[in-house]
Amino acid sequence: MYEILRKEDLTDITKLFEVNAPLVARNAEPGQFVIVRIDEKGERIPLTIADYDKEKGTVTIVVQEVGFTSAMLNSLREGQSIVDFAGPLGRPAPLPKEGSVVLLGGGFGVAPIYPVAKELRNRGVKVTSIIGARRENLVIMEKEMQSVSDKLYVCTDDGSTGFKGFVTQKLEELVAGGEKFDEAIAIGPMPMMRATAKTTKPMELKTWVSVDPIMVDGTGMCGACRVTVAGEVKFGCVDGPFFDAHDVDFEEAHRRNLMYRREEEHIMTVCRRGGDSA
Amino acid sequence: MSDKINPTRVPMSEQDAKERISDFREVALGYTVEEVRREAERCIQCKKPKCEDGCPVKVPIRDFVMAVAEGDDEKALELVKSTNSLPAVCGRVCPQEEQCEAKCVISKKGDGISIGRLERFVADWEMQRGPAKPNVVEKKNQKVAIVGSGPAGLTCAGDLARLGYDVTVFEALHAPGGVLIYGIPEFRLPNRVVHYEVENLRRNGVRIETNAVIGKSLTVDDLFEDGFDAIFVGTGAGLPRFMGIPGENLNGVYSANEFLTRVNLMRADCFPENHTPVNVGKRVAVVGAGNTAMDSARTALRAGAEEAHIIYRRSETEMTARVEEYHHAIEEGVIFNWLTNPVRLFGNDDGWLTAMECIRMELGEPDDSGRRRPVPIEGSEFKIDVENMILALGTSPNPLVPQTATDIDTRSWGGIVVDEETGATSREGVFAGGDIVTGAATVILAMGAGKTAASGIDEYLKSKRG
Repeated sequence: MYEILRKEDLTDITKLFEVNAPLVARNAEPGQFVIVRIDEKGERIPLTIADYDKEKGTVTIVVQEVGFTSAMLNSLREGQSIVDFAGPLGRPAPLPKEGSVVLLGGGFGVAPIYPVAKELRNRGVKVTSIIGARRENLVIMEKEMQSVSDKLYVCTDDGSTGFKGFVTQKLEELVAGGEKFDEAIAIGPMPMMRATAKTTKPMELKTWVSVDPIMVDGTGMCGACRVTVAGEVKFGCVDGPFFDAHDVDFEEAHRRNLMYRREEEHIMTVCRRGGDSA
Repeated sequence: MSDKINPTRVPMSEQDAKERISDFREVALGYTVEEVRREAERCIQCKKPKCEDGCPVKVPIRDFVMAVAEGDDEKALELVKSTNSLPAVCGRVCPQEEQCEAKCVISKKGDGISIGRLERFVADWEMQRGPAKPNVVEKKNQKVAIVGSGPAGLTCAGDLARLGYDVTVFEALHAPGGVLIYGIPEFRLPNRVVHYEVENLRRNGVRIETNAVIGKSLTVDDLFEDGFDAIFVGTGAGLPRFMGIPGENLNGVYSANEFLTRVNLMRADCFPENHTPVNVGKRVAVVGAGNTAMDSARTALRAGAEEAHIIYRRSETEMTARVEEYHHAIEEGVIFNWLTNPVRLFGNDDGWLTAMECIRMELGEPDDSGRRRPVPIEGSEFKIDVENMILALGTSPNPLVPQTATDIDTRSWGGIVVDEETGATSREGVFAGGDIVTGAATVILAMGAGKTAASGIDEYLKSKRG
C-alpha cells in the first residue's frame, strides 16, 4: 500500500498527490512514469511522474479527471492509500547538457514538464517555458515553473490570464521575434502535442513529445501501447514515452487511445447510478 | 498392485463443453478418491522407473504412486513435494504426455499411468486439508534475491528457503505468479491454486515484493548494494511478437499476452465490476497454434465471442499445442484454419478491425525447426470478416534486467547465457533460468531450471561462507 502523504487541489479537476513510494523514488528520473492501480478492482493506468524526493522516498503525481479511474483517484484523501504504485517506468527524458530548450506544457501536461525543467536548469541549460490552459483557473504550477525557468510564458485560450492563444502560437511569436532554441519538448493532450509537431517542423526545431498510450503492464509485455514512429512500431512503455514529434503517427495514436471510449462511458453511467462502488 | 497389466486409464471427468464455455470454471475436474486409487493401482512398480527419467524436477514418481495406491496421501504428498514446490500447478499444466507418461512402460501396450492426474490429486488433497507446518530449518545468514515470480523463480525460492536462506522474490506486476497468473487461463489453472502455492512459500519464510520492476525500480547493482549475496533472474519471455503486416495497429488487434492479461489477471470478463475493459467482437481470429493460441481462442469464447478461429500457417501435424488442449478447443467449437496465413488487415473509418486477408499455404522442405516450411500459394488470397485478431506467435526474453546490467552475457536473440550445471551467468553471484535463458518453453522446464539454479546458488554461497 502506498500512502497519500499530501493532496493539493490544483484546479477543480486537477489534483496533486505526494505518495510514499521509496522504491519508485530511488531511481526516478525526469520524464518517467508509474503504473497505478487504485484498488483491488482497479485497472492499471500510467501516470507521468511530476516530482520526486529521493531522501523522503516520495513521488508526486498530478491527475486530471478525464474518466472513471482518474475520477476515483481524485476522490482519495490524504492518509488514504493506493494499492499499487510501480515504477519508475519508461526511458528518462532525453535531455541535452547545454544550449537552449523551449518547454511546452499543455493543461495537466505542465506537471510532468516541471521535473524536466528542473533537471535542465540543474545542468545549466537555458529554459524557456510556455505553459497553457483553456482559462486562468485551469493553469497549474505557475509558481513552480517560474522557479525553474529562465523565462516563463502563460497562455490561455480565452485570454483570462497571460497570452491569449495556444502555446504553439506563443512559440511562433517568440521564434518570429528572433528567439533561438536548440530543442523543444512538449507534454500535454494529444492535439496539443500534434499541433506542436506541426508548428516546429517548418522551423526545423528538434522536438520531443511524451506519448500517453493505453497500457496494461508498462514493462513491454503486452504491446497495448504500440505507437508508429517513423513507420516503425514502438512500445510507448519501454521504447518511450519520448519520441521525435515529427516522426509520431498522431492520428493512429489518437485513435488507439479511443479504443475503450464506449466502455468508459458505460462504467461512468453505472458509477453515477450506483455510487462509487460501480 | 496387480500382476496383470491393465492398459486402460481411468478417465477424468470434465465439465460439459456446451456448459463450460459460458464461464471460466476449471474444465478438468480431477479424480475422485475411488478413481485415483484405481488409476494408481495400474502401476506395475518398475525396478528402474523410466518415468522418473522423464521428469525435469525428478519427482520420485514410482514411490508416490505406490503411496497413492495404498491410500497414504500424506506420504504421497511428502514424496511429491520433496522435489516439486508447485505440484498443484504441474499436475494441471505439465505436458506429461511428452515427459513422465511418455516413458511409462505401460504406454507401449496401452495408456501410460496418468501421473499428472495423480499428482494433481495429491496436491489438491493438501489444499483441502490445509498446509503442513512449515519446516523448521537452521537459518543461514545469507540473502538471495529472486527476480520474477513465475515458475522458475517460485521453484528457486522454495528450494532456497528450504535450505534456510533468507529469500526475497521481486515481482514487477501487482500479483505474484508470473505467467501462471497473467497467462494461463482460470479454466486450465485456477488463480486460487497459484495463490495457494505462493502462500505456501510465504509460510516457509519467503518474502514477496510486488510492484518491484528489477531493471527499473532497482538494478542488479542496487540489489548487491542492499546486501543480497546472490541473485536469480527468472524474468521469463514476456515480450510479444507481432507479424509486421499492414493494419496491425488497428483497434481490436491484441497480442495474446495483452488479451490474456486483461482477462486472467485483471478479470476484464467481469467489467464493469472490475474496472479493466476488454474488447471482444462476434468473430475472433487467433493466429498461431500453440497452447497460448488455444488459451486465447477458448478465452474469447468465454468472454462473449460467437466464433473463434485458429489461423495457422502450418498444418495440424506441426501444431505445438498439447493434444489435450487441442481436443478441448475442438469440443468447445473453436474453428481451425490450417495452412492459412494473414497478409493484411482492413479497418473501418474509425480504425476498428473489420476483416483480414489471408493466403493459403502449402508445406515445402523442412526448415531449421525440422518441420516442413509453409510456402504461400500464389493467387489463393481470400478475405474473412473478423472483429478481433489475437496474435499468439510466441514471445521473446524480457530485456529489462540484461539491459541494465551489461556484464550479464546474452545471446543475439536476448536469452541470458548460463552454465547448464549451475545456472550461473557471466557475472559472479548472478544466476538465471527459465524462459529468460531458453526462450519460451514450458512451466516444468522453467521449474527444472529454477531447481538447478537453487543448488548452484547453494554451492556458491557455501563457498562464500568458506
